[in-house]
Amino acid sequence: MMDRTLLAVAVATPLLVGAGFVMPSWAVFLVSAAMAKALVVLGLLVLLRTGLIPFGQALFFALGAYAAGMALEALHATDAFLALAIGTLLSVVVAAALGALLARYRDIFFAMLSMAFSMILYGLLVKTASLGGTDGFNLPSPTYLGYAPHRGAAETALYVLSAVLLGLAMALVHLYLASPRGRLAEAIRDNEIRVEYLGASVRGAICVKFVIAGALAGVGGILSALSVGHIDPGMAYWTSSGEFVFVTLLAGAGSVFAPFVGSLVFETVRSFAVQYSPQTWQMTLGTVLLLVIVFLPGGLWSLAARLRRARA
Amino acid sequence: MLLASVIAVDGLIYASWLFIVALGLTLVFGVMNILNVAHGSFYAIGAYTAATLVGVYFAADRPAAPAFLLLFLAAVAAGIPLGALIERGLLRFMYGRDPVILVLVTYSVFLVFEDLILLVWGTDPYFASQPSTALGQTDLGVLSFSTYDLSLILVAAVTGGVLWYALARTRTGRILRAVIHDREMSAAMGVNVGRMFTITFIVGAVLGAFGGALTAPIISVAPGIGVEIIVLAFAVVVIGGLGSIPGALVGALLVGLSRAAAVHLLPQVELFTIYGVMTLVLLARPYGLFARAQARRI
Amino acid sequence: MSEPILVVEGLEKSFGGVAAARDINLRLGEGEVVGVIGANGAGKTTFVNMVTGYLKPSAGTIRFRGRDITRLGPREVTGAGICRSFQVPQVFGSMSVHDNVMIALGIAEKGALASWRPLETGERARRATALLERYGIASSAGREVRLLPQGVRKLLDVAMATVSDPELLMLDEPTSGISTEEKNDIMDRLMSALRAGRKTVLFVEHDMAVVARYAGRVLAFYDGRIIADGPPSTVLADADVRRHVVGEALHPHAA
Repeated sequence: MMDRTLLAVAVATPLLVGAGFVMPSWAVFLVSAAMAKALVVLGLLVLLRTGLIPFGQALFFALGAYAAGMALEALHATDAFLALAIGTLLSVVVAAALGALLARYRDIFFAMLSMAFSMILYGLLVKTASLGGTDGFNLPSPTYLGYAPHRGAAETALYVLSAVLLGLAMALVHLYLASPRGRLAEAIRDNEIRVEYLGASVRGAICVKFVIAGALAGVGGILSALSVGHIDPGMAYWTSSGEFVFVTLLAGAGSVFAPFVGSLVFETVRSFAVQYSPQTWQMTLGTVLLLVIVFLPGGLWSLAARLRRARA
Repeated sequence: MLLASVIAVDGLIYASWLFIVALGLTLVFGVMNILNVAHGSFYAIGAYTAATLVGVYFAADRPAAPAFLLLFLAAVAAGIPLGALIERGLLRFMYGRDPVILVLVTYSVFLVFEDLILLVWGTDPYFASQPSTALGQTDLGVLSFSTYDLSLILVAAVTGGVLWYALARTRTGRILRAVIHDREMSAAMGVNVGRMFTITFIVGAVLGAFGGALTAPIISVAPGIGVEIIVLAFAVVVIGGLGSIPGALVGALLVGLSRAAAVHLLPQVELFTIYGVMTLVLLARPYGLFARAQARRI
Repeated sequence: MSEPILVVEGLEKSFGGVAAARDINLRLGEGEVVGVIGANGAGKTTFVNMVTGYLKPSAGTIRFRGRDITRLGPREVTGAGICRSFQVPQVFGSMSVHDNVMIALGIAEKGALASWRPLETGERARRATALLERYGIASSAGREVRLLPQGVRKLLDVAMATVSDPELLMLDEPTSGISTEEKNDIMDRLMSALRAGRKTVLFVEHDMAVVARYAGRVLAFYDGRIIADGPPSTVLADADVRRHVVGEALHPHAA
């Protein structure tokens, strides 16, 4: 008897992939961006369940992308899977080291320290001329284990890869959150002392979750960079982290589907706002964030849950 | 020896600036337990207001001396209404919430103000260098420094002194210290905590705007100046201990001197000195130099 | 006694200038049920906090089954076989009673934490229900803990402490905050559940009647020291104990 959510993921993923072949180009690009973002937010969901919100996930978003880009250039390669492997590996290593330090902190300290470290990376990237400084550098068009899509299909190919990875990530995160290790998250958020007294390491658990979030953010960064074809230090800037946190709150922590829904809403609103009123985009973002915090603390997903209950 | 003097003076100047900028942030956190991201907005609006006032003042041929008053005026004109508006109009409805959520609330305020600044002042940079150029240079031995920069040290000392006096010797100040120490107990003893919060937030806003106003004569006031400040101010405050004013002073000195040393000895690491100092301090003292003790929980 | 399972020697703890524990010495035998009495601030909870690793002593040693556990933290002490309950029940308030026990089982069961299998399995749920029934709180299984009365939370707190099958259980004021009528009921349930497991129990208690009824041995704390140690009849009649703990000397006419 399969878990309902897993079933939904198993059904939704092929549908999402299929949509990539029928949607217009601008929609494919938008949804690709949303999927990359959703991966980062999925990682934040895991941490949110644990009661933590880091304000510096852009660190891994950028790190994954830069590592992948540099590796491709150094190896004169274009393979997307190679890029993903190297970028994610580096994200995991850095997340493990940073997680060990950050796991001593909670609340504001955890949030802001993670942001400080993302700004350290930003500073490093801006200052490093060989990485293009503030301009960054371009990425080659990705190939997939030998398959080199022709111009029209390049976007769709990356879209399909992103959709499959997202589906996989959603399934794995869901399984993780249902496992004893994953369930520890809510216990830690509720009462850490009790968790330690029961015999589990709170710091160890937080570190593991931080690594998961870092890995997911890294993958998101690589996919985003491949989609846009360009990497720049802005990916690590604290406002980039702010967007991830915004979507996390917008989406809510109720289900592994929430990050994708939230990201989709975000990217859609953003593309319209930037097109019709670029000078008020930040104001719009700020106002919506405020409204969500005040009126919808559980995020959009809780709204859906409320509607479902009302109908039942 | 000469290099050491340059580093010391430069460090002291930068520390003074950092101190003024970080003071409002740590005060608000100490009393209200809110890390106010909109502090960056107060700074920016203070700078823009100062630039506008200075521009208007010097449009006619006027003596330079009174211009300094304008800087303070700009801070007050920007800080009081903004601080009151945000605290009374928004924050006071959110006090029970999780501190991290409150940070996000102030972050959304910051975002709104970023665009409001663009709407009011546009995207072109403003220059208000007259107060700075009017003071010229001062010679300390063979070294020459901008007199305006040196005056920042005096301003920081006076500001710190006034705040210390207000907290230590005035009735309101002592009540504020009680609220910092234990909010619930103060309320139980009849302190109007709500009013204390409003006063504190307004003072914090004025201090933030003051930091911006003081900086206006030595930079080009352009969009985005508030963004850098938040990260810097936060780092200083973390080093010193969130909510500690002596901590902000020591933190500012540590960072200021380290950065000056970096600029003159190892310029490549200049951008990171603040984070480097922060990381080192946190490794030794996880909650900052003057962190408050935690009560037993079980 | 035969080989004591817990040996405390010269334990001291001071917070700044305040001495919360002075020269505490104790030998606890297997299967003993010990009541700990003392006025507030006498050092009882500090003692429990030190033995279970939440506080590190300023001086002295704690040995459990021959192993030095003085410097270990709560997690390792639990692993060594000592568990505790708390004055203010430390439970997961936002979760249901059932989920609380499931988390405890998920941590305690060998290999569960590393497994990908969900926490919520039929097998584990059955074990959780059995545990709740032993403590008489199975009827509250689906309810959110923070909405439940103190008595249920206290029992849940103890139930969770027994999940890893500890050899020594330290209960910090298991009946405090519970009405007098319910006290005996709660203690009866607790004691029969614990006696079934043949555990060594040390419980802190303010109610002398409860102590007299359930303890085979009593330790009296005063001003950070143990001023009496022996059978209840002896300790509760001791003059110093009566003066410093029971407070009878202050009210000579109230007998």
